[in-house]
Amino acid sequence: MKRNAFPLIVLALVLVFLYLPIVVLTANSFNLSRFGGTWEGFTLKWYGQLLNDNQVWFAFVNSLLIATGATLASCLLGTTAALALHRWHSRLQNIHYGLIYTPLVIPEILMGISLLLTFTAVGMDCGLHTILLAHTTFCMSYVTMTVLARLQDFDDSLIEAARDLGANAWVSFIKVQLPLLLPGIISGGLLAFTLSIDDFVITFFVAGPGSSTLPLKVYSMIKHSPKLPVINCLSTVMLTLTFLLVLASRAFQNFKQPKAQNGRKNGVHA
Amino acid sequence: MSAPSVLWLTVFFVVPTLLVAAISFHSAAPDGGIGKEWTLDTWRHISNPNYPAIIWRTLWISAATTFGCVLLALPCAFAIARMQKKWRAVMAGLIMLPFWTSFVVRVFAWRLLLHPEGFLKHLLLSLGLAEPNTQLLYNSGAILLVSIYSFLPFAIMPIYAAAEKFDFSLLEAARDLGAKSFLAFRKIFLPGIRRGVVSATLMVFIPSVGSYVIPDLVGGKNSELVGNKIYQRTFPDRNLPHASALSAIMAFGVLVPLGLVAWAMKRQDRNEALRLAEPNGLKQKGGAA
Repeated sequence: MKRNAFPLIVLALVLVFLYLPIVVLTANSFNLSRFGGTWEGFTLKWYGQLLNDNQVWFAFVNSLLIATGATLASCLLGTTAALALHRWHSRLQNIHYGLIYTPLVIPEILMGISLLLTFTAVGMDCGLHTILLAHTTFCMSYVTMTVLARLQDFDDSLIEAARDLGANAWVSFIKVQLPLLLPGIISGGLLAFTLSIDDFVITFFVAGPGSSTLPLKVYSMIKHSPKLPVINCLSTVMLTLTFLLVLASRAFQNFKQPKAQNGRKNGVHA
Repeated sequence: MSAPSVLWLTVFFVVPTLLVAAISFHSAAPDGGIGKEWTLDTWRHISNPNYPAIIWRTLWISAATTFGCVLLALPCAFAIARMQKKWRAVMAGLIMLPFWTSFVVRVFAWRLLLHPEGFLKHLLLSLGLAEPNTQLLYNSGAILLVSIYSFLPFAIMPIYAAAEKFDFSLLEAARDLGAKSFLAFRKIFLPGIRRGVVSATLMVFIPSVGSYVIPDLVGGKNSELVGNKIYQRTFPDRNLPHASALSAIMAFGVLVPLGLVAWAMKRQDRNEALRLAEPNGLKQKGGAA
């Protein structure tokens, strides 16, 4: 049957549409021209200016601290949540799933303002700690979903085998289930790290004085700084960082899981 | 084992959400905090400022964004679903990759493209499609364009997930029976992937209603959305009850379509189950059509 080419053409145009802004932005970070309308020659001077900006480094360190903290906390909370959701199917777990799922769909600004109001109501000053609490909250939903997907492929008879061989619940969890889940947890953790390092709206609402992160810094530069090309450079650095993290996360997600039936065969590959 | 996550989400998600609703019934303290007494003042004056106009604009831009995204997503999802398995994974990855990158950076990239001295303006000028004084930035059109750009992956992915399960031999059958491609697409493919289209609609509509960065960076003074107003009331004005009331309205605008769709799907599932349980179900339906 002859296939209609129309859908493929639309797909090609959509891919151009999705990547054009990113490509132009990246190209312009090496462009001598200030506004990037035309190509005036290759330069690294904007990157030089970026490297000498102390505030950018300060924001970068803050972002790293928060992303690391939020990743560790959300991995712990998200993994326990996924294990609970996988093991039990009760009314409580339905509510639990709803609680995990809703933060994924509601607009970020609602989560931002509700957390700000909560911190204000209990008299907590905003700063790095409030950003950390907020990031942990939205990251854990993503970790839970990633680990849950991994658990769906998990062969529960492996646990049974470990128990039959005399391991108690704790040992079989630590020695059998956790190592097999680890790629899923790492994959979820890398996504959490990515989301935390890139988050703007929620951070914007719960940040305090002196707790600027990279996205907040970019935003304030867009609003107030005339150095357009330096913002291009910082944006390019952030895009590259995200691409690397997402690729790493994918690699872990596709890591093969052994199955009990043909464990030996797959075990060699894994 | 569910205790840590349930506890965490109760403290940092459920309580804060309820607090938003509660604070809209309090007065604003002069120091920018929240007053002690309960009052209906905020809700009584809700139609006095220009809120209705802003809410209306938010709704139509969100609806237009959703329509544009679904329209573009349909052929894309169709094309990807017909590819070989290896290519499908690559394409899905390419479509989703921009989603993970910083939102502010992507909106900034558009600001750069639409800038009076920017790439797109130069391109349009050289093609004779724009006047030297055409303003591409700071209007509702720019918000619409960047919203479609930002939320398009949310529309493609659910439709693609549905299209992947679709049995494409049905389309061939329809064409063998004489249907033109577009008619077969509309009568066979669209109903087959209906659920994907419904999820895509929600996945685009919800973040559009909550949009803040896009109208702030590419919108103008006359294209404020609810998100901008929430920010303005929270920070420059420091009127938290008003910000809460607006947030409650936004939450309502998001939760109502979500609830309706969940309800409709459940009902449909039940009817489907009943129809399949009925021995003559298929025959009866065939007779009615």
